[in-house]
Amino acid sequence: MLIDQILYGLCGIVLFTFGLRIAFSPVHFLRRLLAINVAGAGLFLLLLSVAYRGFDQAPDAVPHALVLTGIVVAFSATALAVALARQLQNRDKENE
Amino acid sequence: MINLIALCLILFGLFFFIAGSIGILRLPDIHSRLHALTKADNLGLGFLALGLILLSGDIFIAAKLLLAWLLVIASSAASAQLIAQRARRRERDVWKI
Amino acid sequence: MENIAWSAFDVLLIAATLSLAWASLTTEHLRRAVIFFIAFGLLLSLIWLRLKAPDVALAEAAIGAGLTGALLLAAVADHQKPINKKPDQKFSLADFVANTFLNLLFIAFAIVFGAAYTFALNEVNDSRLTDIVFQHLPGTGVTNPVTGVLLDFRAYDTMLELAVLLAAALGVMAIGKTRRDFVKPGDMERGLSQWLIPTLIILSLYLLWAGANAPGGAFQAAALLAAAGVVMRLTGYVDGGLPQGIWLRVLLVSGVGGFLLVSLIMMFAGRIYFDYPESWAGSLILLIESMATISIAATLVVAYLCGQPDTWFGGQQKENKHAD
Repeated sequence: MLIDQILYGLCGIVLFTFGLRIAFSPVHFLRRLLAINVAGAGLFLLLLSVAYRGFDQAPDAVPHALVLTGIVVAFSATALAVALARQLQNRDKENE
Repeated sequence: MINLIALCLILFGLFFFIAGSIGILRLPDIHSRLHALTKADNLGLGFLALGLILLSGDIFIAAKLLLAWLLVIASSAASAQLIAQRARRRERDVWKI
Repeated sequence: MENIAWSAFDVLLIAATLSLAWASLTTEHLRRAVIFFIAFGLLLSLIWLRLKAPDVALAEAAIGAGLTGALLLAAVADHQKPINKKPDQKFSLADFVANTFLNLLFIAFAIVFGAAYTFALNEVNDSRLTDIVFQHLPGTGVTNPVTGVLLDFRAYDTMLELAVLLAAALGVMAIGKTRRDFVKPGDMERGLSQWLIPTLIILSLYLLWAGANAPGGAFQAAALLAAAGVVMRLTGYVDGGLPQGIWLRVLLVSGVGGFLLVSLIMMFAGRIYFDYPESWAGSLILLIESMATISIAATLVVAYLCGQPDTWFGGQQKENKHAD
């Protein structure tokens, strides 16, 4: 248990909680999308700080692979959300 | 000895980065800010890359650092031009009103 | 002495990252929020480097900061509402109570989570999976442990993740056509695309090849190719470099398809799927990685275009591909 692991892990937890708090507020849709991305980044930070073993030792490769796929999947989910939001806005404009 | 020269070069680069950041915060107009940003960051990155090349000692790493610097110069020049063109177009339209 | 310097660096890095996240989520203008998010992604990539994760740092800088930032900037441009000055809202007791309650709830949740994490770290002290991975790594034909885990030990998970990407691309394309906004390309855009796109393609091929023995691999190479596609779209090539009709479908499917092909061949050869023979493991991994790279790049460009590209139904390629 290294001091760096705890430091970065707590930073990740703060990011996750803050992002989730903003995601549950009544703000613009794109800001909530940004907040969910920030929360995801916090979780990745948590995973990678568990995988960290110190300056001299090699880190644990399995959480690295998990976070790598996680980043790509988070981007595709964001793209789907943006496309849905665009269509919703078009429908709203048509109905006006 | 080489470490001392590399340290001096990196400190030079740091000075240019600080100058560029102060320029962005304090200059009044978008065009002058772009000027400060690109000039200072290209020079700052150049000195930093030079210092790191002296510290690394491996020719492949030196080549990659040089490539990174060249790419940053080219892309920041292009994007600064595009931003300035857009800003100029907007100013012209505002003046038309 | 060195430890103090590293601790100071850690504290500064974490403070800067948290301030950028705060700034991104609480500014008023949306475009400023997205730009703060891009800077946040860059600092996050520095944190990955600090935690000795160069593969993840490459992917985060390219996809997490770059592509997500570009996508959200385009989305912000779509969602511009006219700014109407709202009258000053009166102080509402219900809002204040609800906000305070939620804030306290989340702070309590963060404290509990943090305490649980710290105590859990206290319990485990051995090297867990690292030893097992390094023990079995020579049998995979690669020396980069992340590539070995991604494409050999957990190949099934990677195939399912490529299927998730395919589902997201299909969802985006089922929704509608791409946006219609781009500038007419001038000299600057043409000049930029002429040198930037070949450089990106060469760098992406290098990352794909180097992924076996150094930080790199399929995802990072795909991110660079997708960046080339986005630059093409922004400098006037309407479809972002994607091919026509049937070939686009082939590209999108070839990621999962490569995995399935290799696993079926393994099954017919009498082994469990994804149990590569030792002498062929390196080449099989490279084959799967190449197909996955172009497929993921096509998926990321389709996701950025946010809809069906013009040539989805095999339509006529215009003579002049630039926007007019």
